[in-house]
Amino acid sequence: MNSVEALNGALHEAMAADPSVIVLGEDVADGQGGGVVKVTQGLSTRFGDERVRSTPIAEQAIIGAAIGAAIAGKRPVAEIMLMNFTTVAMDMIVNHAAKLRFMSGGQTNVPLTIRTMTGVGFATGGQHADMLEAWFAHTAGLKVVAPSNPADAAGLLASCIFDDDPCIFIENLPTYWVQGAAPPANHRLPLGKANVAREGTDVTVVSYSRPVNDVLAVANKLAKDGISVEVVDLRTISPWDRETVLASTRKTGRLVIVHEAVRNFGVGAEIAATVQEELFGQLKAPVRRVAAHNAPVPFSKPLEAAFAPGQADIEAAIRNSLG
Amino acid sequence: MSGADYVDIYRKASLIRQTDRRFMDVIASGRIATPYYSPAGQELIPSAISVLLDQKDYIVTIYRGMHDQIAKGVPLKLLWAEIAGKVTGTCKGKGGAMHITHPASGVMVTTGIVGSGLPIANGLALASQIDRDGRVTVAYFGDGANNIGAFHEALNMASLWKLPVIFVCQNNRYGEHSAFSLTTAVERVSDRGAAYSMPAETVDGNDAEAMWRAAKVAIDRARSGGGPTLIEAMTFRFYGHVLGDDSHYMEEGELARAMEADPVARLRAILIERGYASAGQVEAIEAAIKAELDEAVEFALSSEYPSLDEINTDIYGMETAA
Repeated sequence: MNSVEALNGALHEAMAADPSVIVLGEDVADGQGGGVVKVTQGLSTRFGDERVRSTPIAEQAIIGAAIGAAIAGKRPVAEIMLMNFTTVAMDMIVNHAAKLRFMSGGQTNVPLTIRTMTGVGFATGGQHADMLEAWFAHTAGLKVVAPSNPADAAGLLASCIFDDDPCIFIENLPTYWVQGAAPPANHRLPLGKANVAREGTDVTVVSYSRPVNDVLAVANKLAKDGISVEVVDLRTISPWDRETVLASTRKTGRLVIVHEAVRNFGVGAEIAATVQEELFGQLKAPVRRVAAHNAPVPFSKPLEAAFAPGQADIEAAIRNSLG
Repeated sequence: MSGADYVDIYRKASLIRQTDRRFMDVIASGRIATPYYSPAGQELIPSAISVLLDQKDYIVTIYRGMHDQIAKGVPLKLLWAEIAGKVTGTCKGKGGAMHITHPASGVMVTTGIVGSGLPIANGLALASQIDRDGRVTVAYFGDGANNIGAFHEALNMASLWKLPVIFVCQNNRYGEHSAFSLTTAVERVSDRGAAYSMPAETVDGNDAEAMWRAAKVAIDRARSGGGPTLIEAMTFRFYGHVLGDDSHYMEEGELARAMEADPVARLRAILIERGYASAGQVEAIEAAIKAELDEAVEFALSSEYPSLDEINTDIYGMETAA
């Protein structure tokens, strides 16, 4: 099963389980194709046009409507077609969705899920492929989730929908059609809990979203050279699972962080700083970061391929960490 | 509109006016520290609308929204305590004057970001539309908000989806320090309704009956599934943008003329002239408000500040595994 099918199944299950779940976004209803890559296909036909609404191209209106409906007791799943377009709705996300619980002293809350897609590899250039998760992780009150495979995508999406806080759910477009294990029915994975995707003893690699798959491929390759890599898939970027990352790093004494987003001020910096603070005396090597160049996503094929980290970069960082 | 409606509107307007004066006094005395955006001069708008609303109806308002909150029914003590930053306030002192929320009164969001309330009001109305619960949502905002994108996105979506929402622009002629004509390309905010096929009108927001009539048409339309309305209520703010603003940017005599035509005083005179209430009855209303205020101020000032661990609560509701 691929992620498109897994996400579609999770949405069907959530809408069937709870009438307060509603879906809105550009082109999400079946009349408009059931979403640009068909993640929401079939929902409007099955659950009706009241609960599944195609919207104008108006991101503030989409997220604003979702926030208001959430305060009034709905569990909206709002789709922002591409992550770069969340910038158009930043006021709604950062000033309102994230803060209304706190500013109201807990009287209101925003059980909103924002599904969004992004990822390098479709020759979309500078405005359609950014990984902006650090912006949201830097805002108190938001939960930020980024699955790496179809079964996790289904389980984490369901948890976001039924969570009482606003969640940014980041789907990686270039991996939508990669096959993976099918999720069990009504699959739920706890938010804030990382997955040790592969156990190892020599070095810990922490990653999330698409690069997890590259990290696993590299770990399998290095195993043939006798290098034992532990792979931690963060799954939830904020709040992140410090305990699992610290426990793994304590065990191996080495940490490499891999993400597709640009390196500067990224999620890797937060994890690296925390590990240095907590495990300074126990580290056998400096924490390494593998991330995209500090540049807009380029268009030209060789530039695009070199922009985001690949398996060679990950392998080099691991070997470097091992000295 | 009945005499009783007039009295009800005056009771709200008078409560707002007295509260506003007391806030300015208490802030000036240093007992409460907050930026304060006085709604003096704009009292009749939410007062006339609120007598037509049910408690379950929703409002969304902005930082200059104390009159909207009081008119909708936020308890005075809780409002005062919140503005004093006390744990007994509506929001445990974590919201403050610019972020009052009180769902029990239907006050769902108060935002400090100009124009942001409108898209959120749509969502409240969307929930009501799906649930067919008969609620209406009123989004209050100033004339400054009519130029931000959120206003336009929200009006388009509300009209498209026939949402039970009423957009009420309290046009007090200035966005911060800039006159309406310097910032807005149309003559009237209500002209913008046409762009979204939305019924829209400009009314004298300082005339209780005109305001009440416009609100009644809009509320009836919303409740019966007829969709949204844009009301531009003309008014004036008496104390500039924020407390301490000397209104130096206003044209000569403009403020003095507006204060001379004080809508609260005029409504008070109408009650007595037309016999809706005797002078004695009006004075009794005002005295009761003063007593209620004394109690609210005492409550707010004597309440405790929130404990410091409140910094780390209400950020998330559901614990995550980590």
